[in-house]
Amino acid sequence: MTNQITDTEAGTSLWKDAWLRMRKNKIALASIMVFTVTCFFCFVIAWFCKDPNQVNLVNKFSGPGSEHWIGTDALGRDLFSRILYGGQVSILVGLIATAVSVTIGIIYGALAGFFGGKVDAIMMRIVDTLFSIPFLMIVIVLQAVLSEWSRETSAWIVTNLNWDKGFTDRITNVLPLFFALGLLGWLTLARIVRAQVLSLKEREFVEAATSLGLSKLTVLFRHIIPNTLGPTVVYATLTVPGFIMYEATLSYLGLGVESPNSSWGILIKEGANYLETNPQLLIFPGIIFSITLFALNFLGDGLRDALDVRASKD
Amino acid sequence: MPLLEVNNLRTYFHTRNGIVRAVDGISFSVDKGKTIGIVGESGSGKSVSCYSLLGLLPMPPGKIESGEAIFDKNTDLLSCGEKVLRTVRGKRIGMIFQDPMTSLNPYMRIADQIIEPLRLHMGMDKRSALEKAIHALDEVGIPEPDNRITMYPHEFSGGMRQRVMIAMALITNPEILIADEPTTALDVTIQKQILDLIKKRQKELGTAVIFITHDLAVISEICEDVNIMYAGRIVEKAGANELFANPRHAYTRSLLKSIPANQTKGEKLYTIPGLPPDTSQIIPGCAFRERNQIGDQNKCLTDSRPEFKEIEPNHWAQDCPGCLS
Amino acid sequence: MPFLEIKNIKTHFQKKRGGLFSRTVDTVKAVDGVSIAIEKGEILGLVGESGCGKSTLSRTIMQLIPPTQGEVILENENLTSLNAEQVRQRRPDFQMIFQDPYASLNPRMTVWSTLKEALTTRHGKLNHEELERAVIMLMERVGLDHKFIRKYPHEFSGGQRQRIAIARALAPEPKLIIADEPVSALDVSIQSQILNLLKDLVNDLGLTMLFISHDLSVVRYIADRIAVMYYGKIVETGEAESLMENPQHQYTKELLESVPKVLSTD
Repeated sequence: MTNQITDTEAGTSLWKDAWLRMRKNKIALASIMVFTVTCFFCFVIAWFCKDPNQVNLVNKFSGPGSEHWIGTDALGRDLFSRILYGGQVSILVGLIATAVSVTIGIIYGALAGFFGGKVDAIMMRIVDTLFSIPFLMIVIVLQAVLSEWSRETSAWIVTNLNWDKGFTDRITNVLPLFFALGLLGWLTLARIVRAQVLSLKEREFVEAATSLGLSKLTVLFRHIIPNTLGPTVVYATLTVPGFIMYEATLSYLGLGVESPNSSWGILIKEGANYLETNPQLLIFPGIIFSITLFALNFLGDGLRDALDVRASKD
Repeated sequence: MPLLEVNNLRTYFHTRNGIVRAVDGISFSVDKGKTIGIVGESGSGKSVSCYSLLGLLPMPPGKIESGEAIFDKNTDLLSCGEKVLRTVRGKRIGMIFQDPMTSLNPYMRIADQIIEPLRLHMGMDKRSALEKAIHALDEVGIPEPDNRITMYPHEFSGGMRQRVMIAMALITNPEILIADEPTTALDVTIQKQILDLIKKRQKELGTAVIFITHDLAVISEICEDVNIMYAGRIVEKAGANELFANPRHAYTRSLLKSIPANQTKGEKLYTIPGLPPDTSQIIPGCAFRERNQIGDQNKCLTDSRPEFKEIEPNHWAQDCPGCLS
Repeated sequence: MPFLEIKNIKTHFQKKRGGLFSRTVDTVKAVDGVSIAIEKGEILGLVGESGCGKSTLSRTIMQLIPPTQGEVILENENLTSLNAEQVRQRRPDFQMIFQDPYASLNPRMTVWSTLKEALTTRHGKLNHEELERAVIMLMERVGLDHKFIRKYPHEFSGGQRQRIAIARALAPEPKLIIADEPVSALDVSIQSQILNLLKDLVNDLGLTMLFISHDLSVVRYIADRIAVMYYGKIVETGEAESLMENPQHQYTKELLESVPKVLSTD
């Protein structure tokens, strides 16, 4: 980095410090690995598997075999494939909805906390109001509204951009769900960020930044927000499994993604119908679903422990 | 036989970055009713040594590597086990901490906090405990104690809170009171009141006091015997008058010299160069050697630890030729 | 004309109850009519105990809190009458050193980033070479080895952190420095190092300093004149030595008496 200064010692940022601490947490490391492997299977290996929607009524309910590694479901579709493709939707829901929530939540919470006073009061009353509305109800309504929009968009893309209809449909089909969840999931995060900003505002390094003559927004984005990221990251990691659960619940109720898409929620719903005759249809998706959720939760716990310890050495 | 006799206490912390030798072999004793001071800067090990006595350190990463702390002739605090320790802690050895804001539970009324040791250790019922508590607050100079006892910590000022802590610590009439920097966070006028209060209660109850601080001036006001700690060991130990009149070790002399009050205006302040040593590294020889400007650095021991010897009657110091005057 | 003139500053805080529809319940008169004048190149020591308002006063002078009444005049310019943008422009001229060295540094910024940010406030964008040179010079001035440039605040000791904070305060080339209890959180042996440093800087760079502390012996050593603050007001001012030898006000006398005295080693 430097021309004149040559023998500098590397520093250990607080993130690196936390990572070093987390490395010792075997469960957290195992969780990272499990999640990575699951993602690898769902997003990479899936491409090489059979078509999950290929119906083959002759071969329904078959057991594990060389053709179909875990067998087939009620319509003869390859179960292994369906689990992987279903994972794509479930995981993406978790990640994208979380990303949307986090972005909105940080900005909203930071602005409310930073400006304080009446602005803060009004912004937070809005959050309170939204909080009081039953989450699922809004998601369902939003879904309906956005589905209309997604169908139109899909048609437009197919005609104007010449993308493959099946592919496009699958994408635009799930987008409403992502956004519906994301647009509502930011509330708690906004509160968390706001609380942090309120306390950080009084800290001396923020006073120092203001004294230097930096603009208010620079102080907010360069000094305050980066220091709120600790709890935010932990909360975000725990939100992902939360959203995956929501999606599963919605799909189970028939309100989530629609065919031809599958998700773990849909697989569980379908499998539940055949619990007595062909339990493997429920058990396999169920296991993968649970393992993924466990991994994410343990990861969140590990992060929280790693970030919790104040690194001050006084 | 002293009330508390600590022999060769070593407390190490086994951390990710190595072993921190916070307390590396100290011995001191406390007689009934006497006040001893433990002086040192941050990292000297002064607080850790007393926390070790009461089992208040997180273990891991802390570990008592060696030593004994014989309390009242027959109980070794370091090896007696948690059950016995609990009968001593809070009842026979009381403690007050530095920051009165964080050492009182902000969610509990003062009343509930003060009567806790009474109900726990002395089995008193709520009513008599409350009466005793109000009396205790009165003794430490809290105005309107019967009113104030129902308040929460945040409704008191810093000085008041410290008084409450002192009341709590002394309410079971302990034989020893450990005061860990009790006045560092307080203003100078309040500090004087608190020091006077400790002295007064000590005389009335006959309590022995271990006073931990970095402030030499405070030590000279209140302590009879003084231990100066550096890098986890005691470098000099003597009666207060003797130590201030006749400091022998280079660190003690440097410390006394660098107090602004002792210096003339207009001249550069005497400073001890460098930083206190990193106790996660083993220091061969004299720990103060690198910063020893006041003595003869070249004569300091480099490969063997200086022995802690009695260099004059009742005046002990680390025997390092470069440091001893 | 004094370099810095504080005219009858009052900073009162309203304690409000209720969120959206708040009403004032009580008024805390943190600073209640303070007037001070500091000459160029002078170190004025402000002494007082906690709650006397000295921190509030320092923040008011720094334009971090608006005064309820009164004016802060720096080099003949009335800072209190300027709007926010104008104050921002003038900020490089007056900087502050805070009490807690760890809290006053952004824990996520390296020494380099912190100093670079501070340098750009006065000089705007600098090219990399100029920046490097300026940063090295700053670190040398405060006695920090430049090999630590990529390290984070938590990797330093208290005294070193305070040096970084001092370097940051010097970067915009200020004319006035307000030091709010700069050595109170440090060990005795480090205190003297930092005090020597501050005194050298004032002499070498021709700075003017307001040195706030509750520790009388420190203030007596470093300040030319001393002002004693009590409950939001200044009760006595005078030359450092003469005020300490011959205090006039009752409170000053009480303060001096309360200071524990070390038996001298002479």
